[in-house]
Amino acid sequence: MDRMKKKIALAGNPNVGKSTVFNELTGMHQHTGNWPGKTVSNASGICKFRYTDYMIYDLPGTYSLIAHSQEEEVARDFLCFEEQDAVIVVCDAVCLERNLNLVLQTLEITSHVIVCVNLLDEAKKKKIHINLKKLSEKLGVPVVGTSARSKKGLDKLMASVDDVVYQRIKSNPNHLNYQPFLEEAITTVEATLKNFYPIQKTRWLAMQLLDDDIVLKEAVLDQLGQENFNVLEEVIEEARLCIYHNGIQKNHIKDVFVSEIMRVSETICNEVVTYENQEYMEKNIKIDKIITSRKVGIPLMILLLMVVFWITIVGANYPSELLSNWLFGFEDPFFQFLNFLHAPEWLSNMLVFGMYRVLAWVVAVMLPPMAIFFPLFTLLEDLGYLPRVAFNMDHAFKRCSACGKQALTMTMGFGCNAAGVTGCRIIDSPRERFIAILTNNFVPCNGRFPTLIAVLTMFFIGFSSSIGASIISVVLLTIIILLGIAMTLIVSKLLSKTILRGVPSSFTLELPPYRKPQIVKVIVRSIFDRTLFVLGRAISVAAPAGILIWVLANIQIDHVSILTMCSDFLNPFAQTIGLDGVILMAFILGFPANEIVIPLIMMGYMASGTITEYTNLLALKTLLVENGWNWLTALCVMTMCLFHFPCSTTCLTIKKETGSWKWVGLSILIPTIIGLTICFLLTTFTHYFGIV
Amino acid sequence: MYQTLDSLKIGDIAYIEEIRSEGSIRRRLLDIGLTPGCKVKCVLKSPSGDPSAYLIRGAFIAIRKEDATAIIIKGVEQNG
Ligand SMILES: Nc1nc2c(ncn2[C@@H]2O[C@H](COP(=O)(O)OP(=O)(O)OP(=O)(O)O)[C@@H](O)[C@H]2O)c(=O)[nH]1
Ligand SMILES: [Mg+2]
Repeated sequence: MDRMKKKIALAGNPNVGKSTVFNELTGMHQHTGNWPGKTVSNASGICKFRYTDYMIYDLPGTYSLIAHSQEEEVARDFLCFEEQDAVIVVCDAVCLERNLNLVLQTLEITSHVIVCVNLLDEAKKKKIHINLKKLSEKLGVPVVGTSARSKKGLDKLMASVDDVVYQRIKSNPNHLNYQPFLEEAITTVEATLKNFYPIQKTRWLAMQLLDDDIVLKEAVLDQLGQENFNVLEEVIEEARLCIYHNGIQKNHIKDVFVSEIMRVSETICNEVVTYENQEYMEKNIKIDKIITSRKVGIPLMILLLMVVFWITIVGANYPSELLSNWLFGFEDPFFQFLNFLHAPEWLSNMLVFGMYRVLAWVVAVMLPPMAIFFPLFTLLEDLGYLPRVAFNMDHAFKRCSACGKQALTMTMGFGCNAAGVTGCRIIDSPRERFIAILTNNFVPCNGRFPTLIAVLTMFFIGFSSSIGASIISVVLLTIIILLGIAMTLIVSKLLSKTILRGVPSSFTLELPPYRKPQIVKVIVRSIFDRTLFVLGRAISVAAPAGILIWVLANIQIDHVSILTMCSDFLNPFAQTIGLDGVILMAFILGFPANEIVIPLIMMGYMASGTITEYTNLLALKTLLVENGWNWLTALCVMTMCLFHFPCSTTCLTIKKETGSWKWVGLSILIPTIIGLTICFLLTTFTHYFGIV
Repeated sequence: MYQTLDSLKIGDIAYIEEIRSEGSIRRRLLDIGLTPGCKVKCVLKSPSGDPSAYLIRGAFIAIRKEDATAIIIKGVEQNG
């Protein structure tokens, strides 16, 4: 039998658990996180229920469809201009009143609504009781209580969806009634609209047009054609004038709609919500007072950063060693196996010393820190700490004429710069969003941390595994990161004084309540994700890069390998910035993935050297020192690692988000020039004073 | 003389009288339910004293000083 196909939208305020519901229903893995704005684009997945395949759409969070701000456009457009068979509006049980606002607005658009009151477990903890049955009566649509994270109530939710879609339940929403003169205005506009436009959502559209929604007007103009539109426009103007004569300013019509909706929400909530303990917020406030206080706020942020680094560095040591022993143990057997197959020698060499070695390095040295850092970061995110960072740092960003939410996208950048760039959609003002996009690369992503840590360990801390050594490395790493953050602020300021000139725009940010992360699940999930991600990249990027560099090193023209020719060519320039040709080339070839830079450097040296021992950092250091590295080289490598062009994925993302290669060019040029300049100055000074 | 939202100290409670801001911030404030008559409580100040966070309809919302000065309040109860 052919299964029916139906379309369901998941809407709701930001951070109420839409993506969590979505994941549980569809078995997909949309990212979730305890801060508003985690999801910035639509995702869809299939949920099979009874005889129907439900295509579920996870929308970005939105506070409102009427007053709507820019970032919510995606969600609004989806709800208003696309047809769906039903809409699930997810609500936060802890702050139902504001959430009902969106429910009531959605009911203005469609009556096929199912209200999902999520986070019931949180509400229970805070001793907030919600009478779901009464709520359903008041709204006239089905209401289902859920705790999505622990999978409670989701079956019932789908049952209700099924009932609504197949009209076993007749929804009967109570329409809002505005003051008579407003209703009259709406009706007149609606009538004219209906003449031209065969759609159902006319009431809502009429309300928007009355308030002179420019974007919407253009959309309607497209649909109606100029002539009909002129007629409509006249009707609208007349209605607006009429409203104005009733004492409402022309550009404040939305206020009246929203106020009425809020009043109704308030009334409903007073009847259905009971607070056993009015002080349910106090604990949260107490914690926040400390976290945002003058004395503790900023130092605590730095301390947390250091703790995360410390766990990453110490935790990565052992698995790293284990992995490298294990992986490099396969090198000989692999080689012999190829011989056994009578593979030509050049092929065996290429596969083993080119491809396999780089691959093994990426997995052994780069993977463990990445797989440890990421889950820790996710835990902080799930706890709800990130918005507090934005709250604490907003003032600094404001002084650079930027948006405090840039702190959020910046911290996202620690995980992955491409994700950080996409995340910039939560910033309303286009100017501030571009600043955030252009500067995101100044915080090192997950793929650059291991490089920083490896170089630090080899040249500044030594190989003792004492606590002291690990603490020094943490302090140094933190200083590097703070430098990156300082540079973010400086460049933001410079941009807002030059090409992205402007004053800071307004800013509101919701600080969600702390939620206990699902520790085990987060750790398992993100280690797994990271490992797969790194392995995937190792195969798709590191392996080909390994082969490429091996080929470059082994094809000779006039007894000089291509690799040597390239690095000799780059060398004079590289020397002025404290590097050498091989390093510079590794950075360039590392464009597709930052984590292959160190392995490439190593390959570059080994191709011409005689070192055969390479299985750990100590051996690597020997190799590097033999090739002329000193602490200045190390410092310059770290500087370049922090300040250079974004990886290819990030560049493509920037193109997608800004729509122009011009911005991609800028985001490549700015950090690269800064990195080169710092390295040049460092090198010149140290040479001038003869320190090296 | 009217009082504006930014004058609240931590712990103070007040009610919204009027929102004077225009454009996108006005919409944003309406979005989060800040309509006339709505109760607000100042709960946090960031390390530099700006922005502040307010309890608005059950949620903590951070608002910058510049934006708070355009929000007129009444019926202030001082608890701080
Ligand atoms: N305790 C508890 N936490 C939940 C529940 N549902 C979701 N969460 C948590 O709430 C946070 C937000 O969940 P998301 O699914 O990312 O919320 P969202 O609505 O998609 O948020 P945006 O995409 O930012 O609009 C996450 O940290 C979830 O783990 C629940 O039923 N109980
Ligand atoms: Mg989401």
